Amino acid sequence: MDLTIHVATLIKIGVFIGITMTFVSICVMFERRFSAIIQDRVGPNRLGIPLSILGFKKDFKLPIGGLTQPLADGLKFILKEDFTPAYVRTFFFWLAPVLVVGPALLTMAVIPFGSPMEIGGKFIPMAIADLNVGPLFIFAIASLAVYGITLAGWSSNSKYPFFGGVRSCAQMISYEIALGLSIIPVLLMFQTLHLGEIVQYQVDHGWLLLPFWGEGLSAQRFLMWIPLFIAFVIFTTSIFAETNRMPFDLPECETELVGGYHTEYSSMKFALFFLGEYAAMVVGSALIVTLFFGGWSIGFGIDNALPIGAWWVSLLHIGVFLGKVTFFILFFILVRWTVPRFRYDQLMNLGWIVFFEAALINVFLAALILAAPHIHGLATTFGFIVLAVITFFLIKIAKSATTKTTVKAI
Amino acid sequence: MQPILVYVFGLLAAAGGIMLITFRNPVASALSMVLSFVGLAALFITLNAYFVGIVQILVYAGAIMVLFVFIIMLLDLNDEKKVKFRSTALIAGIILPLMLTMQIIGVIQGGHRGDDAKFEKIDLEKAAHFHAPKEDQEPTAIYKSLSNEKSPKLPDTNLIGHTIFEKFNFPLQIVGVLLLVATIGVVVLSKKSEPRKTEDKA
Repeated sequence: MDLTIHVATLIKIGVFIGITMTFVSICVMFERRFSAIIQDRVGPNRLGIPLSILGFKKDFKLPIGGLTQPLADGLKFILKEDFTPAYVRTFFFWLAPVLVVGPALLTMAVIPFGSPMEIGGKFIPMAIADLNVGPLFIFAIASLAVYGITLAGWSSNSKYPFFGGVRSCAQMISYEIALGLSIIPVLLMFQTLHLGEIVQYQVDHGWLLLPFWGEGLSAQRFLMWIPLFIAFVIFTTSIFAETNRMPFDLPECETELVGGYHTEYSSMKFALFFLGEYAAMVVGSALIVTLFFGGWSIGFGIDNALPIGAWWVSLLHIGVFLGKVTFFILFFILVRWTVPRFRYDQLMNLGWIVFFEAALINVFLAALILAAPHIHGLATTFGFIVLAVITFFLIKIAKSATTKTTVKAI
Repeated sequence: MQPILVYVFGLLAAAGGIMLITFRNPVASALSMVLSFVGLAALFITLNAYFVGIVQILVYAGAIMVLFVFIIMLLDLNDEKKVKFRSTALIAGIILPLMLTMQIIGVIQGGHRGDDAKFEKIDLEKAAHFHAPKEDQEPTAIYKSLSNEKSPKLPDTNLIGHTIFEKFNFPLQIVGVLLLVATIGVVVLSKKSEPRKTEDKA
């Protein structure tokens, strides 16, 4: 550890947190414009400073359309009255928003934003903390965010927020299991937990879901595509549930719970919940991109032709990464405005009966495909038959369970 | 830098533990336990055991304590009233920690006092030599990580996996079966109560 690394880390913390926060605010803008397009409206497309109320003749219009809308939103939140109801448990009421935003921003620390940059003969990874246990770190810290939402519901000391908090607690625990199990096939494929090495693997062997270039073309690799795609579907859906986004936003379901866990919050404390949700969405998109779509790699075998280490290559890769993340954020928004909300028992059934089992079978399927070249052909066939039988019975049981169960919506 | 962090997080873990038993509010107690777990996880990480540290947060702080908080909130427990201790409980409560303290003192006394220098730095080269592949064998992930030219690293995750699945594979399977039995037991117990409920309603 010398001075260059310390300084570089400080710069990285500043820049990447800055990027994340900018992304969060731009997300709000995207959300409003995109929903407007879907609903055949215009949405916020202009912003100005109303000089006329100060006595000037004309208002001042900012020339970049609605892009400055997040700025106005932020200003509005800060200037609003911060009202704390008298009956709340004050300490926890104040702690809750912090516990939502903190973990969401912390998880950003292990995401590799770009290819390593060479400064003074040293390759500096473009992730704040170059940990050996990247995805686990994200799951661990993200699982702490549930305290924020649950505490917000409990400390508000009123009925609807409490329901919201309890719902969120149960939902996040349930989907964490599916989330953790779903990426096991992915990790079996990469054979590492280091996010930087995971991206490097995809540079050399083609993206996980698009193995069409590099050294990725083999029959086994194409067979692996099936469990990997199942993993992708389960993982993405679970991320939706973990970030409390539509169609799984039952903790803040307006039609049933007024505003859910943040009913009693106002001003900047409410804005922090908002911010936490969007930050979690950005991190979720970044994780999906890193695990399944090659992270910062451009693809088509271009990356290895570039001089890795040069500063412009790093910046180019950061740009590519942010582009991919933007694509997934738009996907999140598209889903929110097109898919109706689930009922709570449907949500629980989906998590426990469908995804949990599917993820488990998926793990065995992936392991079998990966082990096939190393074990006897007869054993492989036997394994596949056993797996098929188990899957058949599980589907049968799951079908009868989903029709019979009367899981009470909390 | 590292020794300071060890003390800071050690204090955090201890403070969490003390707050756990002094707070009267169950939710506050549960949260101070989370604080204690996070401090403990950070201690593991300062010792280069990233995997154990992260799993500490993932399993204890992120899953088990969430369930605790969930149950406490659902039952709506009120603040604990001060209770008078029975003398037997008090004596047991004094003797057990005393024994534990003596054991800890014993371990520290009998430890490698004097040759602390031996533990100052992890010798990755030596470790790499130990894990070097034998002839006509592919190098393992552990060896690759230890002998990496650019940045050799301690592959703690791989080492744990290697130890568990190579040396203690059988005990691991037994533990798995034990947990499975417990899970099935819970399912069976909770299934039995269902028909009784419908009878009550009728």
